[in-house]
Amino acid sequence: MNYQLPPYGRIVPRSFLAAAAAVFMPAALFAGVTIHFAGDSDVGEGGRWTKALAQEWAQKTGNTVDYISRPNDASATLQLFQQYWAAKSGDVDVYMVDVIWPGIAAPHAVDLKKYFKEDELKEHFPRIVENNTVKGKLVAMPFFTDAGVLYYRTDLLEKYGYKEPPKTWEELAEMAKKIQDGERQAGHPDFQGFVFEGKASESVTCNAIEWIYSYGGGTIIDPDKKVTINNPNAIKALEAAKAWVGTICPQGVVSYGEEEARNIWQAGNAAFMRNWPYAYALGQDPKSVISGKFAATVVPKGGADGKNAACLGGWNLMVSAYSKNPEVAADLVRYLTSTAAQKKRAIELSQLPTRPEVYKDQDVLAKNPWFANAVEILNNAIARPSTVTGADYNQVSTIFFQSVNKVLTGGEAAPQAVSDVERVAKRIVR
Amino acid sequence: MIKEIDLYARQKRLAWYLITPSVIVVLAIIAYPTIQVLVNSFLKYKLDEGPQGFVGLSNYAFVLSDPDWWSAVSVTLIFTVVSVVLESVLGLVIAMVANSKFKGRTLLRVAILVPWAIPTVVSSQVWRWMVNDIYGVVNIVLTDLHILPQKIAWLATPATALPVIIAVDVWKATPFMALLLLAGLQLIPKDLYEAGSIDGASKVRQFWAITLPLVTPTLLVALIFRTLDALRVFDIFYVMVGGQGNLATMAVYNQQQLISFLDAGVGSATSVIILIIIMLFVILYTRFSRTSFE
Repeated sequence: MNYQLPPYGRIVPRSFLAAAAAVFMPAALFAGVTIHFAGDSDVGEGGRWTKALAQEWAQKTGNTVDYISRPNDASATLQLFQQYWAAKSGDVDVYMVDVIWPGIAAPHAVDLKKYFKEDELKEHFPRIVENNTVKGKLVAMPFFTDAGVLYYRTDLLEKYGYKEPPKTWEELAEMAKKIQDGERQAGHPDFQGFVFEGKASESVTCNAIEWIYSYGGGTIIDPDKKVTINNPNAIKALEAAKAWVGTICPQGVVSYGEEEARNIWQAGNAAFMRNWPYAYALGQDPKSVISGKFAATVVPKGGADGKNAACLGGWNLMVSAYSKNPEVAADLVRYLTSTAAQKKRAIELSQLPTRPEVYKDQDVLAKNPWFANAVEILNNAIARPSTVTGADYNQVSTIFFQSVNKVLTGGEAAPQAVSDVERVAKRIVR
Repeated sequence: MIKEIDLYARQKRLAWYLITPSVIVVLAIIAYPTIQVLVNSFLKYKLDEGPQGFVGLSNYAFVLSDPDWWSAVSVTLIFTVVSVVLESVLGLVIAMVANSKFKGRTLLRVAILVPWAIPTVVSSQVWRWMVNDIYGVVNIVLTDLHILPQKIAWLATPATALPVIIAVDVWKATPFMALLLLAGLQLIPKDLYEAGSIDGASKVRQFWAITLPLVTPTLLVALIFRTLDALRVFDIFYVMVGGQGNLATMAVYNQQQLISFLDAGVGSATSVIILIIIMLFVILYTRFSRTSFE
């Protein structure tokens, strides 16, 4: 038998290589470490992109990234992560966490203030940093932010004699009806006026909080821990939404998440869509049938004296408290949240940066002209009551999305639904 | 004489040695977790905070006073009764067809098992796409054939979603029923039918007088299996209608308390209540099967 010597690298102990790397690259961190990163679902564009960028970091630093995909649904993801956290598992080093989770995740996170200087934090929107800080601990670094936006078909608005996108929900309903009727007569039986996310999950929580806030009905629980959901304006908002289902929206909208809504929209089968910024880049793709035929704007007001409301979303990167290599993990977080990475993400995925400076970048604006209004949209963004509910946010959101979904399907009247939410929320917030 | 007793004792000891490993396994994987759940159900216990003391029956009181729990119980019971009855009737029909002699019988026996062989999560997801309101094939076929005036959002409301879910479960579990019943049918001696024919009994009469009574023991076993499965149903509902509150089953409710809310106390209490409900069904069935054979 012909015995072969192993390649040189293999007979040198790992620790020796790591030590050598540390000597030769004083600025860089120890190489040869494997970081387990639970990022976006890699079924979608965002996940594949994040994975590629993490691999880029791995190449540059000589470490390895093990990318762990997550479920598409945010609620399902949280359930999964909570199991890792409850088990104090060190199997994942970096988690991508939703803007509403810091309260839940705080006990399981490394305080990132150890690795990020005050000056670095100041480069991000202060609101997001504040949101991610729980009792003085910086739970996660802002990765990208999100806000609900209204997409509309510019070609169809023009065709039906509208010069501007709708300012109120009432206008939207009227326009959607006219366009839907017209398009269906013109031989598109599947055409829909409006699609949104009505699925009983975090998705409908985001949509419903926009309707309710836009009608002056508050945000379920106010920052002073007062449960405000049971009020006439909230009921009015839910009844307005209920009236859309089956008239300007398909019946099935009550089971749609983000991707189901986007599929209909991107096939050219809807005049309006409420969704997140990611749908912009996908819709403007040259291969898309609606490319160049739509624009994005603020979500409408509830009546002429209502308010514009965009639900604040967004994702952040957290280093697990149970990670064996928190320092290396924090370096990956730094790489992924850098200005260069955010600019790239804004251009390629139309996702909102958390650094105000990126919004002024000419390359970014050329690709996403509507980013000029994005700062205003973000300033109007409303947060879900995750700060006041802390670890119990999921319970409040669950009763809220289930009740709203019941109203939309006709299973429950709006006054009953808000009183159900009030009952559960009051038990939790005390 | 003394020797005989010695032998008997030795054999008894050997028997104990032989069953000890299985007793240990059963204790470790069934008794221990069950007792642990029972203990947890009396504690205030959030998984992220750890156990925080004895609270008596308050977790049970919480579940039993929760309207969502009772909604879950009724959804589960409707689902169980309707799906198990349909599966038994269809299963028996298919089993009798598969038991008769005709060309391609082996092919049919293999073919009927296909739905059972597909993992439930996968088939549920496929069905979810098939019944989608806009691009689902079910709506397209039914509207093209003018059976439906317009497309229906099947999974949008409980009134249509529950029948669809039951249909999917029947599609999936009928082969299992058919297979078990086929085994039962093959045990019936052929000469009974010959004797019946000679005595002038019609085919219908033969079914009621010979087939049904003799297949009943197998049918009962199959019924127990399917009923317990149906009472614990989780995957079809979770995949097809997700978090819709008015379409949660007992298991979905339990998962929500335990996993979504990390409440091991209330979650364990729910598990115990489900266990009791399932035990009631088992007792009912065993009582029934005993009286029918004595």
